[in-house]
Amino acid sequence: MIDADSLAIFPIDQWIQDGVRWVALNLRPLFLAIKWPVENLLGFNDHILHATPFPVVVALTLLLAWRLASVGIAAFSAISLIAIAMLGVWNEAMTTLSLITTAILFCALIGVPIGIWCARSDRVWSIVRPILDIMQTTPTFVYLVPVVMLFGVGTVPGEVAVVTAAAPPLIRFTNLGIRMVEHEIVEAGLAFGADRRQLLWEIQLPLAIPTILGGLNQTVLTAMVMSVVVAMIGAEGLGLVVLQGLGRLDVGRAAVGGIAIVLLAMMLDRITQKMAEPKSKGASPLLEAVRHLLRGRTVGDRFTEETIPAAAKQPV
Amino acid sequence: MTERLKIENLYKVFAKDPARALQILASGGDKNQVFEKLGQVVGLNGVSLSVPSGAMYMVMGLSGSGKSTLARCINRLNEPSAGRILLDGQDIVPLDEAALRHVRRTRISMVFQHFALLPNKRVIENVEFGLKLRGVSAPERRRRAEEVLSVVGLARWAYHRPHELSGGMRQRVGLARALATDADILIMDEAFSALDPLIRTEMQDELLRLQSTLNKTVLFITHDFQEALKLGTRIAIMSEGRLVREGTPQSIVLEPGSEYVAAFTREVDRARLFDARSVMSEPATLWRGKDGIVVGEAAGGPGFLLDGQERVMGSVSDAQIVHARQTGEAPALEPEHVCVAGSTKLVDVARHYRPGLPIGVVDEGGKLVGVLGVAQMLARIANAPAPQDGSAP
Repeated sequence: MIDADSLAIFPIDQWIQDGVRWVALNLRPLFLAIKWPVENLLGFNDHILHATPFPVVVALTLLLAWRLASVGIAAFSAISLIAIAMLGVWNEAMTTLSLITTAILFCALIGVPIGIWCARSDRVWSIVRPILDIMQTTPTFVYLVPVVMLFGVGTVPGEVAVVTAAAPPLIRFTNLGIRMVEHEIVEAGLAFGADRRQLLWEIQLPLAIPTILGGLNQTVLTAMVMSVVVAMIGAEGLGLVVLQGLGRLDVGRAAVGGIAIVLLAMMLDRITQKMAEPKSKGASPLLEAVRHLLRGRTVGDRFTEETIPAAAKQPV
Repeated sequence: MTERLKIENLYKVFAKDPARALQILASGGDKNQVFEKLGQVVGLNGVSLSVPSGAMYMVMGLSGSGKSTLARCINRLNEPSAGRILLDGQDIVPLDEAALRHVRRTRISMVFQHFALLPNKRVIENVEFGLKLRGVSAPERRRRAEEVLSVVGLARWAYHRPHELSGGMRQRVGLARALATDADILIMDEAFSALDPLIRTEMQDELLRLQSTLNKTVLFITHDFQEALKLGTRIAIMSEGRLVREGTPQSIVLEPGSEYVAAFTREVDRARLFDARSVMSEPATLWRGKDGIVVGEAAGGPGFLLDGQERVMGSVSDAQIVHARQTGEAPALEPEHVCVAGSTKLVDVARHYRPGLPIGVVDEGGKLVGVLGVAQMLARIANAPAPQDGSAP
């Protein structure tokens, strides 16, 4: 009878280690180049969030949540932030928040263009799709191994891991959103002579925005989870509070970190989920929200509500 | 009328490499044979037709007959596999992307079955769409869009969103969007099929009204033969990717040419389709005298007394004609008579009919060009051969 262990004749772990070491040594400039923008933007966000006085952060969150989502969610967000402050982990929470906001920016910057590219080419999608499958089924802390090898330990390598883990949903949803745009509308664009750029900006992207925002919600949640896990490679923030609590068997400290994480996660989830929900049929919520934010109600809106007879509003 | 659009031997096979399918079709094979041998779907099988400028050209067929494929080939939403599409004599099949875009932006516009409006844009922005793609400046295209919206009667809905409008109104927006680009060719792909019957009739009348002033060349795709008869100046009937019959509405109903086409024509309201000109017969001279001639149906009956310019002076009864023939005296003239224009539909001719009076067809100058027999009219409405002896069956 053959023993399972006797099949382990190849030193695969050794090969991988050699390979990664080779990559780390020879492609060092590449990884430094990746690290540079992450380090700077993260540092900037972190600085801003810590430098802004507590009441101002609460007030801004209140305003933003109210405009992007609803009054209820705004109130919930403000109360969550105050509760986090009362738990005594305000600074750690701001560090985590800066990890997440930075990750959202990078994910949008990387994820949306890749998603668009996938939607336009079946060949690209057939290559990207299995990669996304692997990335999304890999347990989050498995990401940490190559990140430590290539980028070292600390908050910045942690951020690299957060971005890597959080980008796939956005790529997926962007691709899906564009592919789901009604065929006849795309045809109409072509029939009136749209070129590829016009087709994308006039038709596909605007109509895909609700789906893309759904992807953004997934990205935010993944970033939230990952920002906690990366405490294991020395990233600061709420995750570190939990890790320290566990390390010292300080259940109270670990629980405080845990509660703060849950509050922050719920707050971010509610706001981004509400953004993705189509409020008024048709109007893309983000654009509408930004428009509202910038100049209040438009002339057209007032006109609409005053002049539509009730019957005309019935769905046809 | 000049020829605006000419399609020559157009083939469309839905396959990456249609060469073998085209070979089978060229050697006399049909759609089913290609599907059995290669598993490829044939959309168009050697279609040739010619659309005169200003025509309301109806392409009619059941689903799967290739009518939509034909429409989509004309602006190359579907790439033709073989054949030529001549737009004012220029073949648009070999055009590169940029030249094709130019044609789509300036020459051919399209109205879609499910409207295909942008839900995130206001009505007026939807109408501006084609102009925006073409790069027309914002104030200019807004001005043009407002103009077109008032033509289709939607000026006060300009700043609403499409979902606030009813189906008929949405299709008016679709029509306005197509008209805004000033393209002279309009492809309407089942444009009214998604509307309920009353709204559909209303939109058909609206289209006829618009067409009488705009005089576009319209290629209208429909599966509804009644719609084709109502709107069309010419109708092309398709089946299995082939053109099976082409002609004016009246000529198709008169001579379907095949059982397939005859099936559509059976339920047609002939009294509303056929006009006086299509039924009238040559006036036969019944009596000739110094004061003029009396003409009427060759079979006999009452007639018209004509002056030297062949204009109707009055009617003459059957008995008077017999009397005049026997005695040589001029027949007694009755001032009452019934005359209609050549384009009058039979249903309206029937309204004018008075027992004992002949029915004449006159041109714009009042000249008698034909006479209408009641028996012939009834035969045409009943779709029976006209009786030879002039008496009703």
